[in-house]
Amino acid sequence: MNNSRRSFLKAAGLSVCALSGGIADVAGFPAAARAGIAPGRYGKGENALRAKRWAMVIDTRKFCGPQDYEPLVEACRAAHNVPHIKGPQEIKWFWTDSYEHGFPDDMNEHLNKNVRESAYPLLCNHCGSPPCARVCPTQATYQMEDGIVAMDYHRCIGCRFCMAACPYGARSFNFKDPRKFLPDPVPNPAFPTRMIGVVEKCTFCAERLAAGQMPACVEASQGRILFGDLEDPDSTARQALAAGYSIRRKPSLGTRPGVYYLI
Amino acid sequence: MYNAKAVVAGIIIFVVLCTSPFWAGRTGQDYKKTGIVPPGDEKNCVENVTFMRAQHMRLLNEWRDEALRKENRTYIAADGKKWIISLQNTCLKCHSNYKDFCQKCHVANSVDPYCWTCHIIPGENK
Ligand code: SF4
Ligand code: SF4
Repeated sequence: MNNSRRSFLKAAGLSVCALSGGIADVAGFPAAARAGIAPGRYGKGENALRAKRWAMVIDTRKFCGPQDYEPLVEACRAAHNVPHIKGPQEIKWFWTDSYEHGFPDDMNEHLNKNVRESAYPLLCNHCGSPPCARVCPTQATYQMEDGIVAMDYHRCIGCRFCMAACPYGARSFNFKDPRKFLPDPVPNPAFPTRMIGVVEKCTFCAERLAAGQMPACVEASQGRILFGDLEDPDSTARQALAAGYSIRRKPSLGTRPGVYYLI
Repeated sequence: MYNAKAVVAGIIIFVVLCTSPFWAGRTGQDYKKTGIVPPGDEKNCVENVTFMRAQHMRLLNEWRDEALRKENRTYIAADGKKWIISLQNTCLKCHSNYKDFCQKCHVANSVDPYCWTCHIIPGENK
């Protein structure tokens, strides 16, 4: 009796093991699933613009006041279906603010009036050491090979750790369904919207670079914003940096921002 | 064993009940029953139809990761044809009839993917 119970349990245990292995196989969980399901191959588009590290150089000397940045802000909104929401629940990809707010660690009280009183365009800095990507528990925020700090909204759980980590206020949370604040039809039907409960931010227009286009704000700036490879000394961005005096936001934090301001 | 008959019968009934969804799924239900209208007179999707019917969601997941994380936004299919990786701008250009294609099948299979909270359904504006 005892003996047969023992062998019954053994057989039962083994079959459960085998069965669950089989089920996992059907559901596609074993190693094979991670290796990729598609029979085809992946690649980059022929026109795709590439760089080792994308960076932006904004020539603030060529802008006079916030109204000059308005077309750029609108170009960004239109390209990415960024809704207009007033107040603290505002969604910001590319916006303007004062010198004091943008560069609070500059202790120079006697900075010239022009620099101190100008408006500055602010956006995600696509940091070289992005704190937002470090804290994201789901890897919804990550740094790509070309330095762009990107987001996969599918994975964002809305915990907002990244918003606490970003020292630049470059991230916005969708407190409400953003579609309710977008015109109908949306400005750019080729680009998705976001949903309630996810965080969003500037993408350095990764989707436009992939199609061979410059970022929307760069295009709208008519040459006043340069965009190029920071690791290529011949790029327009590097040449502009070599020729003028540039600053970055809160460099002492060690985030290595990729957005430079010529002043 | 005591009451061997009843015990064995009980075990068999239990196993059949537990696995009934699997058996029900094998009774020859076919995608045609959902009444979906495939687009145009194409014979293939990006890959062949049987693969797409069974695996389109896994393919889409893989496309998403390749495009968003590795910036591989082009897919070269098994037949050598090149596709731009985009649900909204590639898939939905062909599958432009959301109600009679995506929706019918998803409803029939009781799945509720939330693609459309962000991706824009063709013909609708947002
Ligand atoms: S600016 Fe903020 S959101 Fe952008 S990469 Fe740096 S830490 Fe992240
Ligand atoms: S809010 Fe989203 S992106 Fe930000 S840390 Fe949480 S999961 Fe990551």
